[in-house]
Amino acid sequence: MLFKALIGAIPFAGQIQWSPGVRIGYVPQKLDLERDLPITGLDLLSAKRRVVAGDEQLDALARRVGLERETRKPIGALSGGQFQRLLVALALVGDPDVLLLDEFTAGVDAPGQERLTELVRTLQAEHELTVLSISHDLSVVYRSASNVLCLSRDRSCIGPPRKILTPALLEEIYGTEVEFHVHGA
Amino acid sequence: MALEVAALLLSIVTASIAGLVGCFVVMRRMSLAADAFSHVALPGIGVALALGIHPLFGATAMLVFGALIIWGLERRTRIATETVIGVVFSSALAVGGMMSSGEDLVDALLGGPGQLGPGELAFGAAAAIAIGTFIIMQRSRLILWLVSADIARTAGIDVARLNLSFLMMFALTIALGLRYLGVLLMGSLIIIPAVTAKRLARNLTEMLGYAVAVAVAATVAGTYLAHRAHRPTGPIIITIGAVLFVASLFKRTR
Repeated sequence: MLFKALIGAIPFAGQIQWSPGVRIGYVPQKLDLERDLPITGLDLLSAKRRVVAGDEQLDALARRVGLERETRKPIGALSGGQFQRLLVALALVGDPDVLLLDEFTAGVDAPGQERLTELVRTLQAEHELTVLSISHDLSVVYRSASNVLCLSRDRSCIGPPRKILTPALLEEIYGTEVEFHVHGA
Repeated sequence: MALEVAALLLSIVTASIAGLVGCFVVMRRMSLAADAFSHVALPGIGVALALGIHPLFGATAMLVFGALIIWGLERRTRIATETVIGVVFSSALAVGGMMSSGEDLVDALLGGPGQLGPGELAFGAAAAIAIGTFIIMQRSRLILWLVSADIARTAGIDVARLNLSFLMMFALTIALGLRYLGVLLMGSLIIIPAVTAKRLARNLTEMLGYAVAVAVAATVAGTYLAHRAHRPTGPIIITIGAVLFVASLFKRTR
């Protein structure tokens, strides 16, 4: 919902101020698409390149997210993780400043999630991206985020994960005791 | 004779356009809606005949109105759209059926040979150029939009406007085919070639190509057979399309 408001997909009260000329790349959560659409990854990438008048080399971009021949296949033939990586590549077309990730690893198996998170981390450094990510996976949040904004019905808080993701505060937000493990901490 | 050739050419152009538009209709999962959508033209034809104006004007006006209804509803929810299309547009068929009768009604429903006037020919040519240009120019926007409206938005696409333009082109496409297919069958010329192409194609360009090929093949063969057998053109064209679709089912799935 927060991201839908940020990209202007739903009406909202209040004000959203993007810096002028900001370019946004958006990676949605698992899309509800028919499996037999005759659309390939390359169809999608070149469609967006044409719309935003980008100058990306699409094969290189696909390789960057770990896809090779897969971009020539219909998107329904890709695995969940491959498709999400394709969507990351799609978000990168047009050289965005900000990447919005809306639970983009949901429904992907554990190694696939790991790979996606790692991919975004390296892309963030390479492209100097601001990454806003919605996630329910607290251990991922703990390891990746520099700042955490938590929202619940009647409470919100913002700050670095070490300060926010404390058992006491989490219990207050979720309304119940929450356990999570910080690996290597 | 010249007008007969022009009529056949216009049918071929209409079929190509129906194939192109159909691909996006099918990928948007509007197959069922497309069928009912064409029914809305009938009351328009009835009113036009009663007033003594060209039925195409009445039909086009009603189709544009129908497109606005779908657009308005889709801005709210998808489920309501299905219901309303099912109820409102099918009732339109009933209302239209009451307004016309006899030969006129049969021609309006199934398409008839009817004389093609220069005015209708000019309308057909202009509409075909408008729709063809739209699909070619907006193809990339349409693809992003049907995969994810949110991704389309972040690429700077005005989604509501694109949807409205698309529905208008869809309405025009139906209007184009009414003369030779009628309100009952024009929806099928949009849907059947596209679903056939969807089964055969491996990418978007192939899908567009196959859809045009199937629509044109069915139209040319159907027009020829109907002429030979002295039967209405619409049912024969759609039957040929359906046969091609069934044949496509034999293709091994990937």
